[in-house]
Amino acid sequence: MADILLEARNLSKHFGGLKAVDDISLNVKKGEVLGFLGPNGAGNTTTMKLLTGFLAPTNGTAYICGEQVTSENERARARIGYLPEGAPLFGEMSPRTFLMFIAETHGITGREAGDVIESAASAVNLEKVMEQRIETLSKGFKRRVGLAAAILHAPDVLILDEPTDGLDPNQKHEVRRLIEAMSVDRAIVISTHILEEVDALCHRAVIINRGMIVADGKPSELRARSKYKNAVTMLLPLENAEKAAAALKGIKMVAGVEAAREGELMRLTILARGGGDIADTIGDIAAVSNWQVSQYTVDPGRLDDVFRQLTERDV
Amino acid sequence: MGAVKTIFRREFSSYFASPVAYVFLVIFLIMQGLFTFYLGSFYTREQADLVSFFTYQPWLYLFLMPSIAMRLWSEDRRSGTFELLLTLPIPTRAIVIGKYLAALAFAALALALTFPIWITVNWLGAPDNGVIVTGYLGSLLMAAAYLAIGAAMSAITKNQVVAFILAVTVCFLFLVAGLPMVLDTVGAWAPETLVLAVANLSFLSHFESLQKGVVTLGDIVYFVAVITFWLWVNRIVIESKREAG
Repeated sequence: MADILLEARNLSKHFGGLKAVDDISLNVKKGEVLGFLGPNGAGNTTTMKLLTGFLAPTNGTAYICGEQVTSENERARARIGYLPEGAPLFGEMSPRTFLMFIAETHGITGREAGDVIESAASAVNLEKVMEQRIETLSKGFKRRVGLAAAILHAPDVLILDEPTDGLDPNQKHEVRRLIEAMSVDRAIVISTHILEEVDALCHRAVIINRGMIVADGKPSELRARSKYKNAVTMLLPLENAEKAAAALKGIKMVAGVEAAREGELMRLTILARGGGDIADTIGDIAAVSNWQVSQYTVDPGRLDDVFRQLTERDV
Repeated sequence: MGAVKTIFRREFSSYFASPVAYVFLVIFLIMQGLFTFYLGSFYTREQADLVSFFTYQPWLYLFLMPSIAMRLWSEDRRSGTFELLLTLPIPTRAIVIGKYLAALAFAALALALTFPIWITVNWLGAPDNGVIVTGYLGSLLMAAAYLAIGAAMSAITKNQVVAFILAVTVCFLFLVAGLPMVLDTVGAWAPETLVLAVANLSFLSHFESLQKGVVTLGDIVYFVAVITFWLWVNRIVIESKREAG
Protein backbone atom coordinates (compact mmCIF):
# COMPACT_ATOMS: atom_id res chain seq x y z
CA MET A 1 0.00 0.00 0.00
CA ALA A 2 1.26 3.41 -0.91
CA ASP A 3 0.22 5.18 2.24
CA ILE A 4 2.22 3.03 4.65
CA LEU A 5 4.83 5.49 5.90
CA LEU A 6 6.50 3.39 8.56
CA GLU A 7 7.13 -0.28 8.41
CA ALA A 8 8.98 -2.61 10.74
CA ARG A 9 9.73 -6.13 9.59
CA ASN A 10 10.73 -8.69 12.20
CA LEU A 11 12.77 -6.20 14.19
CA SER A 12 14.90 -7.69 16.95
CA LYS A 13 17.51 -6.20 19.19
CA HIS A 14 19.60 -8.25 21.57
CA PHE A 15 21.90 -6.77 24.19
CA GLY A 16 24.14 -9.69 25.03
CA GLY A 17 21.74 -12.41 26.12
CA LEU A 18 18.86 -10.02 26.71
CA LYS A 19 16.23 -9.82 23.99
CA ALA A 20 15.16 -6.20 24.39
CA VAL A 21 13.08 -6.32 21.21
CA ASP A 22 11.98 -9.68 19.89
CA ASP A 23 10.59 -9.99 16.38
CA ILE A 24 8.37 -6.94 16.16
CA SER A 25 6.51 -6.24 12.92
CA LEU A 26 4.15 -3.36 12.37
CA ASN A 27 2.90 -0.82 9.83
CA VAL A 28 1.77 2.71 10.40
CA LYS A 29 -0.33 4.40 7.74
CA LYS A 30 -0.64 8.02 6.82
CA GLY A 31 -3.04 9.75 9.17
CA GLU A 32 -2.67 7.13 11.85
CA VAL A 33 -1.56 7.69 15.44
CA LEU A 34 -0.10 4.56 16.95
CA GLY A 35 0.29 4.29 20.71
CA PHE A 36 3.07 2.17 22.15
CA LEU A 37 2.19 0.83 25.55
CA GLY A 38 4.26 -1.26 27.84
CA PRO A 39 5.68 -1.42 31.31
CA ASN A 40 9.10 0.19 31.86
CA GLY A 41 11.82 -1.95 30.34
CA ALA A 42 9.42 -3.77 28.03
CA GLY A 43 11.20 -2.54 24.93
CA ASN A 44 9.20 0.54 23.86
CA THR A 45 12.14 2.90 23.94
CA THR A 46 14.47 0.40 22.29
CA THR A 47 11.94 -0.13 19.50
CA MET A 48 11.78 3.62 18.93
CA LYS A 49 15.56 3.79 18.81
CA LEU A 50 15.51 1.08 16.15
CA LEU A 51 12.86 2.92 14.14
CA THR A 52 14.91 6.13 14.16
CA GLY A 53 18.18 4.45 13.27
CA PHE A 54 19.92 5.31 16.52
CA LEU A 55 20.38 1.60 17.17
CA ALA A 56 21.05 -0.99 14.52
CA PRO A 57 18.72 -4.00 14.76
CA THR A 58 20.17 -7.45 15.43
CA ASN A 59 17.65 -8.82 12.93
CA GLY A 60 15.01 -7.36 10.69
CA THR A 61 14.62 -3.98 9.04
CA ALA A 62 12.66 -0.78 9.43
CA TYR A 63 11.51 1.38 6.54
CA ILE A 64 10.48 5.02 6.58
CA CYS A 65 8.65 6.03 3.41
CA GLY A 66 10.31 3.10 1.64
CA GLU A 67 13.81 4.10 2.76
CA GLN A 68 15.62 1.54 4.84
CA VAL A 69 16.57 2.91 8.24
CA THR A 70 20.24 2.51 9.08
CA SER A 71 22.73 4.61 10.99
CA GLU A 72 24.19 5.53 7.58
CA ASN A 73 21.02 6.43 5.68
CA GLU A 74 20.45 10.13 6.23
CA ARG A 75 17.61 10.21 3.69
CA ALA A 76 15.50 8.04 5.98
CA ARG A 77 16.42 10.12 9.02
CA ALA A 78 15.50 13.35 7.20
CA ARG A 79 11.87 12.17 7.01
CA ILE A 80 11.59 11.45 10.71
CA GLY A 81 10.85 13.87 13.49
CA TYR A 82 12.07 12.32 16.71
CA LEU A 83 11.59 13.30 20.31
CA PRO A 84 13.93 11.08 22.32
CA GLU A 85 13.05 9.95 25.82
CA GLY A 86 13.33 12.87 28.26
CA ALA A 87 13.59 15.39 25.40
CA PRO A 88 17.35 16.05 25.61
CA LEU A 89 18.37 19.59 24.61
CA PHE A 90 21.47 21.76 24.62
CA GLY A 91 20.89 23.69 27.82
CA GLU A 92 23.20 26.58 27.04
CA MET A 93 21.35 27.51 23.84
CA SER A 94 18.17 29.55 23.51
CA PRO A 95 15.16 27.91 21.84
CA ARG A 96 15.77 30.13 18.82
CA THR A 97 19.43 29.21 18.33
CA PHE A 98 18.66 25.57 19.08
CA LEU A 99 15.86 25.42 16.51
CA MET A 100 18.09 27.28 14.06
CA PHE A 101 20.71 24.57 14.57
CA ILE A 102 18.17 21.79 14.01
CA ALA A 103 16.84 23.54 10.89
CA GLU A 104 20.36 23.82 9.49
CA THR A 105 20.99 20.11 9.98
CA HIS A 106 17.93 19.55 7.81
CA GLY A 107 19.38 21.84 5.18
CA ILE A 108 16.91 24.63 5.90
CA THR A 109 18.63 28.02 6.03
CA GLY A 110 18.06 31.75 5.69
CA ARG A 111 14.57 33.18 5.58
CA GLU A 112 12.99 29.76 5.16
CA ALA A 113 14.60 28.68 8.44
CA GLY A 114 13.16 31.77 10.13
CA ASP A 115 9.72 30.90 8.81
CA VAL A 116 9.68 27.24 9.84
CA ILE A 117 11.03 28.13 13.28
CA GLU A 118 8.31 30.76 13.76
CA SER A 119 5.56 28.34 12.78
CA ALA A 120 6.94 25.45 14.84
CA ALA A 121 7.38 27.74 17.84
CA SER A 122 3.87 29.12 17.58
CA ALA A 123 2.44 25.61 17.16
CA VAL A 124 3.78 24.73 20.62
CA ASN A 125 3.38 28.24 22.14
CA LEU A 126 7.05 28.97 22.62
CA GLU A 127 7.09 32.58 21.46
CA LYS A 128 7.50 34.09 24.91
CA VAL A 129 10.67 32.20 25.79
CA MET A 130 12.49 32.12 22.46
CA GLU A 131 15.47 34.12 23.72
CA GLN A 132 15.90 32.50 27.16
CA ARG A 133 18.50 29.88 27.90
CA ILE A 134 16.89 26.44 27.60
CA GLU A 135 18.31 25.28 30.95
CA THR A 136 16.36 28.01 32.73
CA LEU A 137 13.02 26.91 31.26
CA SER A 138 10.40 24.82 33.05
CA LYS A 139 9.96 21.17 32.23
CA GLY A 140 6.88 21.89 30.13
CA PHE A 141 8.66 24.46 28.01
CA LYS A 142 11.66 22.18 27.54
CA ARG A 143 9.37 19.43 26.29
CA ARG A 144 7.79 21.89 23.88
CA VAL A 145 11.19 22.96 22.57
CA GLY A 146 11.90 19.27 21.88
CA LEU A 147 8.56 18.94 20.11
CA ALA A 148 9.19 22.04 18.02
CA ALA A 149 12.54 20.57 16.97
CA ALA A 150 10.83 17.32 15.99
CA ILE A 151 8.17 18.97 13.81
CA LEU A 152 9.90 21.96 12.25
CA HIS A 153 10.98 20.22 9.06
CA ALA A 154 7.46 18.86 8.48
CA PRO A 155 8.50 15.20 8.66
CA ASP A 156 6.35 12.41 7.23
CA VAL A 157 6.82 10.29 10.32
CA LEU A 158 6.83 11.51 13.90
CA ILE A 159 8.26 9.32 16.62
CA LEU A 160 7.65 10.72 20.08
CA ASP A 161 8.89 8.94 23.18
CA GLU A 162 6.62 9.93 26.06
CA PRO A 163 5.74 13.36 24.68
CA THR A 164 3.57 14.35 27.64
CA ASP A 165 5.72 12.94 30.43
CA GLY A 166 6.16 15.47 33.21
CA LEU A 167 3.63 17.97 31.88
CA ASP A 168 0.72 19.34 33.85
CA PRO A 169 -2.82 18.44 32.73
CA ASN A 170 -3.24 21.64 30.71
CA GLN A 171 0.03 21.17 28.91
CA LYS A 172 -0.82 17.52 28.26
CA HIS A 173 -4.05 18.61 26.70
CA GLU A 174 -2.25 21.12 24.47
CA VAL A 175 0.33 18.59 23.32
CA ARG A 176 -2.40 16.08 22.53
CA ARG A 177 -4.27 18.67 20.49
CA LEU A 178 -1.07 19.43 18.64
CA ILE A 179 -0.41 15.76 17.88
CA GLU A 180 -4.00 15.35 16.72
CA ALA A 181 -3.70 18.33 14.41
CA MET A 182 -0.48 17.04 12.93
CA SER A 183 -1.71 13.52 12.40
CA VAL A 184 -3.75 14.40 9.32
CA ASP A 185 -1.05 13.83 6.73
CA ARG A 186 1.59 11.96 8.67
CA ALA A 187 2.19 8.74 10.54
CA ILE A 188 2.76 9.25 14.26
CA VAL A 189 4.09 6.83 16.84
CA ILE A 190 3.94 7.82 20.49
CA SER A 191 4.93 5.85 23.53
CA THR A 192 3.18 6.49 26.77
CA HIS A 193 2.39 5.09 30.18
CA ILE A 194 -0.80 7.07 30.39
CA LEU A 195 -3.69 4.91 29.31
CA GLU A 196 -6.22 7.73 29.02
CA GLU A 197 -3.87 9.23 26.44
CA VAL A 198 -4.28 6.19 24.25
CA ASP A 199 -8.03 6.66 24.39
CA ALA A 200 -7.83 10.36 23.73
CA LEU A 201 -5.30 10.25 20.95
CA CYS A 202 -4.47 6.95 19.34
CA HIS A 203 -6.24 5.25 16.48
CA ARG A 204 -4.38 2.09 17.27
CA ALA A 205 -2.54 0.76 20.28
CA VAL A 206 0.20 -1.79 20.52
CA ILE A 207 1.03 -3.34 23.86
CA ILE A 208 4.58 -4.57 24.23
CA ASN A 209 5.81 -6.92 26.90
CA ARG A 210 9.27 -8.44 27.13
CA GLY A 211 10.13 -7.13 23.69
CA MET A 212 7.14 -8.74 21.98
CA ILE A 213 3.84 -7.38 20.75
CA VAL A 214 1.16 -8.91 22.96
CA ALA A 215 -1.78 -6.92 21.63
CA ASP A 216 -2.45 -4.77 18.59
CA GLY A 217 -5.76 -3.13 17.86
CA LYS A 218 -8.06 -0.14 18.25
CA PRO A 219 -8.28 1.10 21.82
CA SER A 220 -11.96 0.10 21.88
CA GLU A 221 -11.11 -3.42 20.73
CA LEU A 222 -8.41 -3.79 23.34
CA ARG A 223 -10.68 -2.47 26.01
CA ALA A 224 -13.29 -5.04 25.05
CA ARG A 225 -10.88 -7.79 26.01
CA SER A 226 -11.18 -6.70 29.62
CA LYS A 227 -13.23 -8.73 32.10
CA TYR A 228 -15.04 -5.47 32.80
CA LYS A 229 -16.62 -5.35 29.34
CA ASN A 230 -20.33 -4.69 29.85
CA ALA A 231 -19.87 -4.90 33.59
CA VAL A 232 -22.54 -3.03 35.52
CA THR A 233 -21.61 -0.83 38.43
CA MET A 234 -24.21 0.34 40.93
CA LEU A 235 -24.18 2.25 44.16
CA LEU A 236 -26.60 1.17 46.87
CA PRO A 237 -27.07 1.42 50.65
CA LEU A 238 -24.99 -0.95 52.78
CA GLU A 239 -27.95 -2.81 54.23
CA ASN A 240 -29.20 -3.80 50.77
CA ALA A 241 -25.78 -4.64 49.34
CA GLU A 242 -25.25 -8.09 50.79
CA LYS A 243 -28.70 -9.24 49.80
CA ALA A 244 -28.26 -7.84 46.31
CA ALA A 245 -24.81 -9.40 45.83
CA ALA A 246 -26.11 -12.82 46.83
CA ALA A 247 -29.07 -12.52 44.47
CA LEU A 248 -26.95 -11.35 41.54
CA LYS A 249 -24.36 -14.09 41.95
CA GLY A 250 -27.13 -16.60 41.38
CA ILE A 251 -27.83 -15.32 37.89
CA LYS A 252 -26.31 -17.40 35.10
CA MET A 253 -25.14 -14.40 33.04
CA VAL A 254 -23.12 -13.01 35.92
CA ALA A 255 -19.49 -14.07 36.23
CA GLY A 256 -18.86 -12.46 39.58
CA VAL A 257 -19.55 -9.52 41.84
CA GLU A 258 -16.95 -7.12 43.25
CA ALA A 259 -17.81 -4.94 46.20
CA ALA A 260 -16.16 -1.76 47.50
CA ARG A 261 -17.43 0.24 50.46
CA GLU A 262 -17.93 3.98 50.05
CA GLY A 263 -19.02 5.45 53.38
CA GLU A 264 -22.65 4.50 54.01
CA LEU A 265 -22.92 3.08 50.54
CA MET A 266 -21.55 0.07 48.73
CA ARG A 267 -20.33 0.00 45.13
CA LEU A 268 -21.09 -3.29 43.45
CA THR A 269 -19.46 -4.20 40.15
CA ILE A 270 -21.25 -7.04 38.41
CA LEU A 271 -19.08 -8.79 35.82
CA ALA A 272 -20.78 -10.16 32.73
CA ARG A 273 -20.02 -13.73 31.76
CA GLY A 274 -18.18 -13.66 28.43
CA GLY A 275 -18.70 -9.91 28.19
CA GLY A 276 -22.36 -10.45 27.36
CA ASP A 277 -25.05 -7.79 27.58
CA ILE A 278 -26.43 -7.85 31.12
CA ALA A 279 -27.36 -4.23 31.70
CA ASP A 280 -31.08 -4.66 30.93
CA THR A 281 -31.54 -7.78 33.02
CA ILE A 282 -29.68 -6.42 36.04
CA GLY A 283 -31.56 -3.15 35.72
CA ASP A 284 -34.92 -4.91 35.78
CA ILE A 285 -33.95 -6.99 38.79
CA ALA A 286 -32.69 -3.94 40.66
CA ALA A 287 -35.94 -2.09 39.97
CA VAL A 288 -38.29 -4.85 41.14
CA SER A 289 -36.15 -5.69 44.20
CA ASN A 290 -36.23 -2.06 45.36
CA TRP A 291 -32.52 -1.89 46.31
CA GLN A 292 -32.49 1.93 46.20
CA VAL A 293 -29.76 2.07 43.57
CA SER A 294 -28.38 5.63 43.31
CA GLN A 295 -25.91 5.23 40.45
CA TYR A 296 -25.96 2.84 37.56
CA THR A 297 -23.26 2.62 34.86
CA VAL A 298 -22.26 0.16 32.18
CA ASP A 299 -18.51 -0.31 31.65
CA PRO A 300 -17.17 -0.38 28.08
CA GLY A 301 -14.16 -2.33 29.37
CA ARG A 302 -11.00 -1.06 30.99
CA LEU A 303 -7.72 -0.54 29.20
CA ASP A 304 -5.69 -0.59 32.41
CA ASP A 305 -7.16 -3.96 33.23
CA VAL A 306 -6.20 -5.37 29.81
CA PHE A 307 -2.78 -3.79 30.14
CA ARG A 308 -2.18 -5.43 33.51
CA GLN A 309 -3.58 -8.74 32.36
CA LEU A 310 -1.22 -8.83 29.37
CA THR A 311 1.93 -7.51 30.96
CA GLU A 312 1.79 -8.84 34.51
CA ARG A 313 1.09 -12.43 33.62
CA ASP A 314 4.59 -13.75 34.10
CA VAL A 315 6.33 -11.42 36.50
CA MET B 1 30.60 20.12 4.34
CA GLY B 2 27.53 22.10 5.32
CA ALA B 3 26.86 19.66 8.13
CA VAL B 4 30.41 20.03 9.46
CA LYS B 5 29.96 23.80 9.49
CA THR B 6 26.65 23.53 11.34
CA ILE B 7 28.13 21.29 14.04
CA PHE B 8 31.25 23.44 14.22
CA ARG B 9 29.31 26.65 14.77
CA ARG B 10 27.19 25.15 17.52
CA GLU B 11 30.12 23.61 19.35
CA PHE B 12 32.33 26.65 19.03
CA SER B 13 29.72 29.04 20.35
CA SER B 14 28.92 26.65 23.19
CA TYR B 15 32.47 27.24 24.51
CA PHE B 16 31.52 30.85 25.11
CA ALA B 17 28.13 30.10 26.63
CA SER B 18 29.70 29.97 30.07
CA PRO B 19 32.51 31.96 31.72
CA VAL B 20 34.70 28.83 31.60
CA ALA B 21 36.04 29.78 28.17
CA TYR B 22 37.22 33.16 29.36
CA VAL B 23 38.71 31.70 32.52
CA PHE B 24 40.53 29.18 30.38
CA LEU B 25 41.93 31.83 28.06
CA VAL B 26 43.17 33.90 30.98
CA ILE B 27 44.79 30.91 32.68
CA PHE B 28 46.39 29.84 29.42
CA LEU B 29 47.90 33.27 28.84
CA ILE B 30 49.14 33.62 32.43
CA MET B 31 50.70 30.15 32.42
CA GLN B 32 52.24 30.75 29.03
CA GLY B 33 53.74 33.97 30.37
CA LEU B 34 55.11 32.32 33.50
CA PHE B 35 56.73 29.56 31.49
CA THR B 36 58.23 31.99 29.00
CA PHE B 37 59.59 34.56 31.43
CA TYR B 38 60.55 32.53 34.50
CA LEU B 39 61.31 28.98 33.40
CA GLY B 40 62.32 30.04 29.89
CA SER B 41 64.32 33.09 31.02
CA PHE B 42 63.08 35.15 28.06
CA TYR B 43 64.96 38.32 29.11
CA THR B 44 68.17 36.91 30.58
CA ARG B 45 68.81 34.83 27.47
CA GLU B 46 69.12 38.09 25.53
CA GLN B 47 68.20 36.31 22.30
CA ALA B 48 65.73 37.75 19.80
CA ASP B 49 63.72 34.55 19.35
CA LEU B 50 60.78 32.70 20.89
CA VAL B 51 62.59 29.55 21.95
CA SER B 52 61.73 30.14 25.59
CA PHE B 53 58.11 30.65 24.52
CA PHE B 54 57.78 27.38 22.62
CA THR B 55 60.01 25.09 24.76
CA TYR B 56 57.50 24.49 27.54
CA GLN B 57 54.38 24.40 25.39
CA PRO B 58 54.26 20.59 25.10
CA TRP B 59 53.96 20.46 28.90
CA LEU B 60 51.48 23.29 29.13
CA TYR B 61 49.32 21.66 26.43
CA LEU B 62 49.45 18.36 28.26
CA PHE B 63 46.88 19.74 30.70
CA LEU B 64 45.21 22.54 28.79
CA MET B 65 44.28 20.68 25.60
CA PRO B 66 42.55 17.80 27.43
CA SER B 67 40.56 20.42 29.35
CA ILE B 68 39.35 21.90 26.06
CA ALA B 69 38.45 18.50 24.64
CA MET B 70 36.97 16.81 27.70
CA ARG B 71 33.42 18.07 27.27
CA LEU B 72 33.16 17.45 23.52
CA TRP B 73 31.35 14.11 23.76
CA SER B 74 31.00 13.26 27.43
CA GLU B 75 28.61 16.17 27.96
CA ASP B 76 26.36 14.90 25.15
CA ARG B 77 26.50 11.37 26.48
CA ARG B 78 25.57 12.58 29.96
CA SER B 79 22.70 14.84 28.94
CA GLY B 80 21.23 12.58 26.24
CA THR B 81 21.86 15.01 23.38
CA PHE B 82 24.13 12.26 22.02
CA GLU B 83 20.97 10.53 20.80
CA LEU B 84 19.60 13.77 19.42
CA LEU B 85 22.78 14.42 17.42
CA LEU B 86 23.05 10.92 16.04
CA THR B 87 19.46 10.84 14.83
CA LEU B 88 19.79 14.07 12.87
CA PRO B 89 20.08 13.62 9.11
CA ILE B 90 23.81 14.24 9.06
CA PRO B 91 26.64 11.72 8.80
CA THR B 92 28.43 10.69 12.00
CA ARG B 93 31.79 11.66 10.58
CA ALA B 94 30.55 15.22 10.06
CA ILE B 95 29.72 15.40 13.76
CA VAL B 96 33.12 13.98 14.73
CA ILE B 97 34.96 16.44 12.49
CA GLY B 98 32.76 19.42 13.34
CA LYS B 99 33.23 18.94 17.07
CA TYR B 100 36.95 18.42 16.67
CA LEU B 101 37.38 21.53 14.53
CA ALA B 102 35.49 23.59 17.10
CA ALA B 103 37.94 22.52 19.80
CA LEU B 104 40.83 23.21 17.47
CA ALA B 105 39.51 26.66 16.61
CA PHE B 106 39.24 27.45 20.30
CA ALA B 107 42.84 26.33 20.87
CA ALA B 108 43.94 28.37 17.85
CA LEU B 109 42.21 31.40 19.32
CA ALA B 110 44.07 30.90 22.61
CA LEU B 111 47.34 30.59 20.73
CA ALA B 112 46.59 33.65 18.61
CA LEU B 113 46.06 35.69 21.76
CA THR B 114 49.75 35.24 22.59
CA PHE B 115 50.56 37.74 19.82
CA PRO B 116 51.93 40.38 22.27
CA ILE B 117 54.99 38.19 22.87
CA TRP B 118 55.65 38.21 19.14
CA ILE B 119 55.29 41.99 19.03
CA THR B 120 57.55 42.28 22.07
CA VAL B 121 60.34 40.23 20.56
CA ASN B 122 60.16 42.23 17.34
CA TRP B 123 60.26 45.46 19.30
CA LEU B 124 63.25 44.37 21.38
CA GLY B 125 65.32 42.91 18.58
CA ALA B 126 65.27 41.55 15.05
CA PRO B 127 64.12 37.94 15.25
CA ASP B 128 63.83 35.57 12.31
CA ASN B 129 60.06 35.80 11.82
CA GLY B 130 60.11 32.77 9.51
CA VAL B 131 61.26 30.62 12.41
CA ILE B 132 58.55 32.11 14.62
CA VAL B 133 55.86 31.31 12.03
CA THR B 134 56.98 27.68 11.77
CA GLY B 135 57.13 27.61 15.56
CA TYR B 136 53.49 28.69 15.72
CA LEU B 137 52.58 26.17 13.03
CA GLY B 138 54.29 23.40 14.98
CA SER B 139 52.57 24.54 18.14
CA LEU B 140 49.17 24.42 16.45
CA LEU B 141 49.85 20.98 14.98
CA MET B 142 50.83 19.67 18.37
CA ALA B 143 47.73 21.18 19.95
CA ALA B 144 45.70 19.53 17.19
CA ALA B 145 47.22 16.14 17.99
CA TYR B 146 46.51 16.54 21.70
CA LEU B 147 42.93 17.55 20.93
CA ALA B 148 42.37 14.53 18.68
CA ILE B 149 43.40 12.30 21.57
CA GLY B 150 41.27 14.33 23.98
CA ALA B 151 38.20 14.11 21.73
CA ALA B 152 38.48 10.33 21.46
CA MET B 153 38.88 9.99 25.23
CA SER B 154 35.88 12.23 25.77
CA ALA B 155 33.74 9.82 23.76
CA ILE B 156 34.66 6.94 26.06
CA THR B 157 32.99 8.24 29.20
CA LYS B 158 30.05 10.28 30.44
CA ASN B 159 32.25 11.83 33.09
CA GLN B 160 34.30 14.85 32.04
CA VAL B 161 36.84 14.39 34.82
CA VAL B 162 37.51 10.80 33.76
CA ALA B 163 37.78 11.97 30.16
CA PHE B 164 40.32 14.58 31.24
CA ILE B 165 42.46 12.08 33.17
CA LEU B 166 42.38 9.53 30.35
CA ALA B 167 43.39 12.19 27.83
CA VAL B 168 46.25 13.49 29.98
CA THR B 169 47.53 9.94 30.44
CA VAL B 170 47.51 9.08 26.73
CA CYS B 171 48.96 12.47 25.78
CA PHE B 172 51.67 11.98 28.40
CA LEU B 173 52.68 8.66 26.84
CA PHE B 174 52.95 10.32 23.43
CA LEU B 175 54.95 13.13 24.97
CA VAL B 176 57.53 11.19 26.97
CA ALA B 177 58.12 8.57 24.29
CA GLY B 178 61.01 10.69 23.02
CA LEU B 179 62.69 11.40 26.37
CA PRO B 180 66.10 9.76 27.05
CA MET B 181 64.63 8.21 30.20
CA VAL B 182 62.14 6.20 28.15
CA LEU B 183 64.43 5.49 25.24
CA ASP B 184 67.16 4.14 27.53
CA THR B 185 64.71 1.80 29.20
CA VAL B 186 63.46 0.53 25.86
CA GLY B 187 67.00 0.38 24.44
CA ALA B 188 68.11 -1.91 27.24
CA TRP B 189 66.20 -4.84 25.76
CA ALA B 190 64.70 -3.86 22.41
CA PRO B 191 66.37 -3.77 19.00
CA GLU B 192 67.43 -0.41 17.68
CA THR B 193 64.62 -0.18 15.10
CA LEU B 194 62.05 -0.39 17.89
CA VAL B 195 63.83 2.31 19.87
CA LEU B 196 63.76 4.47 16.79
CA ALA B 197 60.08 3.74 16.27
CA VAL B 198 59.26 4.73 19.85
CA ALA B 199 61.34 7.88 19.55
CA ASN B 200 59.52 8.71 16.35
CA LEU B 201 56.15 8.39 18.04
CA SER B 202 56.93 11.25 20.36
CA PHE B 203 55.42 14.68 19.99
CA LEU B 204 58.62 16.18 21.33
CA SER B 205 61.00 15.11 18.58
CA HIS B 206 58.63 16.29 15.84
CA PHE B 207 57.82 19.55 17.59
CA GLU B 208 61.48 20.39 18.20
CA SER B 209 62.47 20.60 14.56
CA LEU B 210 59.44 22.75 13.72
CA GLN B 211 60.41 25.03 16.59
CA LYS B 212 63.83 25.49 15.06
CA GLY B 213 62.25 26.64 11.83
CA VAL B 214 62.71 23.38 9.96
CA VAL B 215 59.57 22.22 8.18
CA THR B 216 59.98 18.66 6.97
CA LEU B 217 57.33 16.66 5.23
CA GLY B 218 57.95 13.89 7.76
CA ASP B 219 56.87 16.03 10.71
CA ILE B 220 53.75 17.26 8.98
CA VAL B 221 52.83 13.73 7.90
CA TYR B 222 53.44 12.54 11.44
CA PHE B 223 51.02 15.03 13.00
CA VAL B 224 48.40 14.55 10.31
CA ALA B 225 48.66 10.77 10.76
CA VAL B 226 48.30 11.02 14.54
CA ILE B 227 45.27 13.30 14.18
CA THR B 228 43.62 11.08 11.56
CA PHE B 229 44.23 7.98 13.64
CA TRP B 230 42.63 9.44 16.76
CA LEU B 231 39.66 10.85 14.88
CA TRP B 232 39.15 7.38 13.47
CA VAL B 233 39.30 5.98 17.02
CA ASN B 234 36.81 8.66 18.02
CA ARG B 235 34.40 7.48 15.32
CA ILE B 236 34.79 3.82 16.36
CA VAL B 237 34.13 4.69 20.00
CA ILE B 238 31.02 6.67 19.04
CA GLU B 239 29.64 3.74 17.06
CA SER B 240 30.24 1.33 19.93
CA LYS B 241 28.69 3.67 22.51
CA ARG B 242 25.68 4.15 20.27
CA GLU B 243 25.16 0.39 20.21
CA ALA B 244 25.46 0.22 23.95
CA GLY B 245 22.40 2.51 24.05
